[in-house]
Amino acid sequence: MTFYIPQDTTALALGAESVARALQTAGVEPVRNGSRGMFWLEPLLEVDTEEGRIGFGPVSSKDIPSILDALETDASSHDLYLGQVEQIDYLASQQRLTYARAGLGDPVCLDNYQALNGFKGLKTALAMTGQQIVDQVKDSGLRGRGGAAFPAGIKWQTVLNCEAEQKYIVCNADEGDSGTFADRLVMESDPYQLIEGMAIAGLAVGATQGYIYLRSEYPVAHRLLNIAIERAEAANFLGDNIQGSGKAFHLEVRLGAGAYICGEETSLLESLEGKRGMVRAKPPLPAIEGLFGKPTVVNNVLTLAAISTILEQGAETYQNFGMGRSRGTLAIQLAGNIKRGGLIELAFGVTLREVVEGYGQGTFSGRPIRAIQVGGPLGAFLPESQWDTPLDYEAFAAIKAMIGHGGIVVFDDSADMAAQARFAMEFCVAESCGKCTPCRIGSVRGVEVIDRIVANEDRDNNLILLHDLCDTMEMGSLCAMGGMTPFPVRSALAHFSSDFTGEGRGDN
Amino acid sequence: MEKSAQNTADISHLVTQFRSVPGGLLPLLHAIQGELGYVPESTVPAIAAGLNLSRAEVHGVISFYHDFKTHPVGKTTVQICRSEACQSMGSRQLEAHAKATLGVDYHQTTDDGAITLEPVYCLGNCACSPSVRINNDIYARVDAARFDQLMADLGSDTGVSK
Repeated sequence: MTFYIPQDTTALALGAESVARALQTAGVEPVRNGSRGMFWLEPLLEVDTEEGRIGFGPVSSKDIPSILDALETDASSHDLYLGQVEQIDYLASQQRLTYARAGLGDPVCLDNYQALNGFKGLKTALAMTGQQIVDQVKDSGLRGRGGAAFPAGIKWQTVLNCEAEQKYIVCNADEGDSGTFADRLVMESDPYQLIEGMAIAGLAVGATQGYIYLRSEYPVAHRLLNIAIERAEAANFLGDNIQGSGKAFHLEVRLGAGAYICGEETSLLESLEGKRGMVRAKPPLPAIEGLFGKPTVVNNVLTLAAISTILEQGAETYQNFGMGRSRGTLAIQLAGNIKRGGLIELAFGVTLREVVEGYGQGTFSGRPIRAIQVGGPLGAFLPESQWDTPLDYEAFAAIKAMIGHGGIVVFDDSADMAAQARFAMEFCVAESCGKCTPCRIGSVRGVEVIDRIVANEDRDNNLILLHDLCDTMEMGSLCAMGGMTPFPVRSALAHFSSDFTGEGRGDN
Repeated sequence: MEKSAQNTADISHLVTQFRSVPGGLLPLLHAIQGELGYVPESTVPAIAAGLNLSRAEVHGVISFYHDFKTHPVGKTTVQICRSEACQSMGSRQLEAHAKATLGVDYHQTTDDGAITLEPVYCLGNCACSPSVRINNDIYARVDAARFDQLMADLGSDTGVSK
């Protein structure tokens, strides 16, 4: 029997290390796999048995003796028995492409990755011209998963078309949006997939150097990525002569330093150059003048991870998932006050309600859901009347909301939406790079105006002022930080205006 | 983390290591902070000279990023997540409790030099909020009682129980 207990951040945060120690004490050496993303079941102990790979969860160290006893007799008699893990409805009903391997085995085991179709996409790409690879990406319909949803193939074509002695592939792994952990799960559960996608991107556009800009808040991902890169180099999947092709691609992880704005691509490039993370004006596009002034592909972790799937399974297979202009799968991250939070990979088009009520099963607190924030701290707060919106880039844009990076944060009815609107401005104060005035100063004034509204000071005029300020921020900011901070503020005002009366709500 | 970095802290080996790395200032600052626990003001001239930057540029970078500290911090850094997902699960109450029981505000260190309290905007553990980071370990579903337990464990010989 093989035992598996995850080493991803969430499982560790819930006590996976002590579960592993309890197993060792009992004479069992578990495989430290990645998480499947069913975080509500972590720590999830999996056991390979005659009846298949069965699960127990959430387990703590004190459950180990009784689980080991039950495995001797009748596993299904144990209170924490979950049956075959892959038949758990939460997982079985997903359409997993990017996360197909997540949780299956040791994430940094190269043999394991290759046994599960790893590096097949890279080998396919090695036999193709750059233009052929870019055409595959275009045909797949893949759009950037960081939030802006720009077609990846178009960006790559621009970089391919540039003549330069040096080009770069930069992976944006500065996953700073609250309620998101999809990038982290890729890096902690299947890091080779990202490495493979970046190497393919390098082959496609003629870039020989890649950087993963990783946020410093992810120490586990940092450790695993470095191990994976070292092993991939040793096995010639990275380096000067990839698989004997004569083609080179080098990869390095660079750590951020706690600045949310560095998730914005031009700010990220400044930071990679060793500077303050100040947003750059565009044009020039990073694809033409990016890192160190050279043509640069900047893509999110999920975009680059999807490249491996597209090259392995073909553009058409990928393109067959989704709706409208949103092709492929979306990594939905269900978080906040939710009973069954985790990673849900589905084709675009599922409604918010299906995700939150079906997968999530309502709030963790058991109280009614009041508001849902989709797309991180710059995303709108959606009231119940909007929960039937399908998760599709255009459908969300039509209601002045955004899918962004796919994070969904659920609030129960104790949430004070005026406090949340204030927080949106406060967050912008803390995280603005300071380059443009609407964002730098507007956010400070925004906090003050909301305080005056809640205190009932000259209420009507201050409401007008707040909307005017939001207009200025939306239209006058250089990037999405200042440009979209008004989204949560305005949606809170529009849908939860009663919270702005100064009486407050709940105990928040 | 606390190491007595004197005003004369020698960082020349680190400057040598990173001076020819493209965009090497952030990795260098991380390395200095890793060794000394913070980036002393006194190291700025050596960093600037080594990387061919002005002292103002180096200072500008250090002050831009939340991670870089210019003063010694406590033996343990405790970060409480302030982001929306954690707020939806009661992190506002948790931060009030932490400040009250530790007797410090954010960015302050307890009188005994043991703990520095910091805010953090998201630890990527948002399905099991509220989240707290203690040095390099992250803890999920931290309520006031769990926080007190974690702090008590810090003071014991065996360390924090995971």
